[in-house]
Amino acid sequence: MKILLSWLNDYGDFGDPTNPDDVQRVSDELTALGLEVESITPVGETVEGVVTARILRLQSHPDAAKVQRVYVDAGDGEERHVWCGADNISEDDIVPLATLGTTMPNGMTIERRGILGIDSEGMLCSARELGLGEDHDGIRILPSGLPLGIPYGDALGIRPDVLIDADVTRNRPDCWGYVGIARDLAAKMGVEFRPPTPTIDVTGDERTTPVEIVDGDRCARFTSTVISGVVVGESAGWMQRRLTAAGMRPISNVVDVSNYVMLELNQPNHAYDLETLGGGGFRIRLATDGEHLVTLDGEDRTFTTDDLLICDANDAPIGVGGIMGGLDSEISDATTTVALEMAWFELVGIGRTVTRSGLRSEASQRFERGVDPYGMPLAVARFAELLSETCPDLVVHAGAVDARSEHLPAEQRTAEVRISNVNRILGTDLSADDLPSLLDPIGYTVSGSGDTRTVALPTWRLDSTAEVDVIEEVGRHYGYARLGSRVPKSSDHGGLTVRQQRRRVLRDVLLGLGISEAMPNPFLAPDTLAKAGLDAQSIAITNPLVSDESVLRTSLRPGLLRSIAFNESHRRTGARLFEIGHVYPPGDGELPGEFEALAVVLAGHDAPAAMAVWREITAALGGGARIDQARVPAGLHATRSATLQAGKEPLGAVGEVAPEVLAAFDVTERVAILEVDLDQFLAREPKPAQWKSTSRYPSSDLDVSFRLDEAVPAEKLEKAVRQGAGKFLVDLDLFDNYRDQASVGSRALGYRLRLQSQERNLTDADIAEIRRGIEAAATKLGAELRS
Amino acid sequence: MISDITAARDAALADIARATSPDEVAEMTTRFAGKKGELAGLKKRLGSLDTIDEKKVAGAAINEAMSAVDAALDERRAAVAADAMRQQVENERLDLTEYVGKPARGHAHLVTQAWERLEDVFVGLGFRVAEGPEVETDWHNFEALNMGEGHPARGEFDTLFVDHVPPGGRPGTTVLRTHTSPVQIRTMLTEEPPIYVIAPGRVFRRDTPDATHMPVFHQIEGLVVDRDISMADLAGTIDAFTKAFFGKGWNSRLRPSYFPFTEPSAEFDIQRPDGSWIELGGCGMVHPNVLTAGGLDPEEWSGFAFGFGIDRMAIMRHGVADIREMFSDDLRFAEQF
Repeated sequence: MKILLSWLNDYGDFGDPTNPDDVQRVSDELTALGLEVESITPVGETVEGVVTARILRLQSHPDAAKVQRVYVDAGDGEERHVWCGADNISEDDIVPLATLGTTMPNGMTIERRGILGIDSEGMLCSARELGLGEDHDGIRILPSGLPLGIPYGDALGIRPDVLIDADVTRNRPDCWGYVGIARDLAAKMGVEFRPPTPTIDVTGDERTTPVEIVDGDRCARFTSTVISGVVVGESAGWMQRRLTAAGMRPISNVVDVSNYVMLELNQPNHAYDLETLGGGGFRIRLATDGEHLVTLDGEDRTFTTDDLLICDANDAPIGVGGIMGGLDSEISDATTTVALEMAWFELVGIGRTVTRSGLRSEASQRFERGVDPYGMPLAVARFAELLSETCPDLVVHAGAVDARSEHLPAEQRTAEVRISNVNRILGTDLSADDLPSLLDPIGYTVSGSGDTRTVALPTWRLDSTAEVDVIEEVGRHYGYARLGSRVPKSSDHGGLTVRQQRRRVLRDVLLGLGISEAMPNPFLAPDTLAKAGLDAQSIAITNPLVSDESVLRTSLRPGLLRSIAFNESHRRTGARLFEIGHVYPPGDGELPGEFEALAVVLAGHDAPAAMAVWREITAALGGGARIDQARVPAGLHATRSATLQAGKEPLGAVGEVAPEVLAAFDVTERVAILEVDLDQFLAREPKPAQWKSTSRYPSSDLDVSFRLDEAVPAEKLEKAVRQGAGKFLVDLDLFDNYRDQASVGSRALGYRLRLQSQERNLTDADIAEIRRGIEAAATKLGAELRS
Repeated sequence: MISDITAARDAALADIARATSPDEVAEMTTRFAGKKGELAGLKKRLGSLDTIDEKKVAGAAINEAMSAVDAALDERRAAVAADAMRQQVENERLDLTEYVGKPARGHAHLVTQAWERLEDVFVGLGFRVAEGPEVETDWHNFEALNMGEGHPARGEFDTLFVDHVPPGGRPGTTVLRTHTSPVQIRTMLTEEPPIYVIAPGRVFRRDTPDATHMPVFHQIEGLVVDRDISMADLAGTIDAFTKAFFGKGWNSRLRPSYFPFTEPSAEFDIQRPDGSWIELGGCGMVHPNVLTAGGLDPEEWSGFAFGFGIDRMAIMRHGVADIREMFSDDLRFAEQF
């Protein structure tokens, strides 16, 4: 809401717009009330050096087609000559003249520089050049009869002012009007609140416009007052200036007064020409499906059965209820008698029509938030009072109609407020007797005695319904800054869960391995999963921003492959990235099968690098998995990948990304990959390792080397070696894996064993026996001892 | 005899003093101090002396000479070894400013860095960390948070909907959570007060990306429910956090605002040591309807909640001008931090 401070001062003495301290104080108080001030803009500053002048005569020049010579009198009796390109001026017009040496707002200085060798002794100005409006098509013609040679600001009564832009939250419908803001601010600042108090002088004979509310749940009150003696013309200058400052274009006295009353009292309203109002009355009903109307903005709009229409008594639509009038219902220059609509529309319905149609207006914005259902009589009186300024023969007729439905919010609404609850929620130490001084000034009338008081809720605060709403008002007007400050102490202790701690260790292991963390977009294009060789079953976003981001990822893989491709395309090969994040595969429960996952991608590395990462992770976090190379995960390299199997459930995948997937993602390097289901892995906390005593006896090392068929996993041989070595084995390492051209189809694997007894020195005989045991176990696998 | 002993001792000492290598010292040890050494040889001549006294004197002189030679050998051996060690050290000189390769450690995402710092501060203040699903029911995301169907505030969230339909449910009721507040509800429904939790997490809005907005971003939520929790507790917690996270010279304030799920509601601002203010987030007393939706009696329990952006913390700390870069996965970005 844009607030012109001089206008706000109509309702209380809040501060001098030209005094920066006053302006700051008003701004601070508004913010402290929850009306956050977003900007303060000086307005009404005039351009120094621009004075009123009268046009003496106009003269064209044979060599200048687009400009003419203008002779003006700036009050000193001297005839001055200026060049001018505008064609809306004529003799005797009073115009603004920028005299020599004037600096215009755009920085240009008016100099004695002419054309065709003829000097120009100044410049005539447009409205825009003077900050008087947007019009730049011609020279701003000033009212006739103004004295000459005086600053145009003085001549027009323009004074320096400030426009305060305050953010109005959804719970403050009253603050969409000046009076609502003034009421709150006056209470806060302790200044007298002066709302307008027009008296309606009903002097006309009875003239009634029948009103039929068909859909009372959507329109709960509709009043229509006939006003005659209207002479359509310009509104007063002061009103035009205020409306312009508020961002509204002055149109005519009737429209301007209508807008003014809306801005002042937060009561949108509409004046219909009674002569052209079909049947001389109103019918308010929902539209039929497909019914249409050309609205004020010139658009032909089609409606549904959920949109409310204002129709004339002949049932022809003339407006969209609470949002915008029809184009044909506009008053014309010939209008003399109007039917003035002031109504109350249900909030949510207005919102639905606005959302569906995209049609919004100053009126809908107010009705959507909740207008005072009982503010019409004051607004009608104010309308008549203001319009009578330009229509001295205005007559308000008796017989005004006030149609209501049972859906109209009650006028008397109350809340019981317990002072104990006020203090419990606010942390204050107030007494119930403190409530009236905080609440009465903003229209929450406190009555009763004792610790529980009855508070009458104002009709302009439909958001207020319960005790807690009143507690908030008490807090606001007591001042949030005065509420105490203390740190509550939980009887419980803080901390991370096991899972959260393990997640941090996991991340740290990966960072320590030189792998950086990525956070790609979790939304994918519809074909991306298939491109990654994954199941295309996925959940779609029904209202995506763009179709390339319209599917929820079921795997972290596509995002990371894109990140690798991105880095590769920026000459960063060998990217090593990981992501810990949620994936969202479809599921048949209340929610999809969302779970947390880890993926590691190592560009320029092959599968063993991914295995090495997995081994580091399990070394740090415990747990493990069977490497099942017989089950190749989808989208991975068929001969270099495995499923990580923990118990019966797959825990993840390890290996390399399939070459065709890499090609589809424009990745030219090999990519080693590890994927782990963290819902499983992080949740499993391994039992603490149990102590084994270290031996006092010397250890012996034994190296054994086998030739093993490529078809048999090394894991099996290692298991056999362990088994064969028996109880004296304390450590085992694969120290050599050798392949040569001579024996394709098998490889040599060398193991180093450390052997030790808890009870004695091992003898050569012990070692020889162990060696035989190992050989026997390995031979069963088809391994052949080499040394 | 005595003069022979003295001469042999002096000759030995002179040789030992000239020894420069461990090998020489070893050779001299054999030659001068061994059982077959020169001084030992002189002992054999003791028998040819006449008197007991002469024998005693000469024997003592030989022992004295042998001690002197042993001491000289020990000293020389140590000196030569020290020299050798010095020489080895000298020969092993390295230039430690000669680096090959870069530090290998990976870079945690800026969001993670901010996230964990926030968690640590709140854990220190006695909070636990709660988590919840990112795909949510509209009941948890809106309804339970005092935004029933048709509530106008729902429209302000720019919600992304997904095509998951719960069993027996209606289409259009599953959303990508627009805030971390549903975790409040899940926590209240599963835990008994006292509740002191924060809920950091990923949230989603139908927002076109620009320098300050992403459709996918991160928030942290705080919830306290206990007996007699008031606005003063909220203000104190916000202030304690401000000082712990930003620094001792920072302050905070609450000013009235509106959120459907809290009442009274507030925005909280933080003040830099230079006096300027920054809007940080929203907060307020948990609305009675929200406590009720969480299965708690608002007459018995009261609480506060607050929330703000994690990504913004990261951006502010590191001066990132365009949030989109933070989510580009560009290593040239990641490696700066």
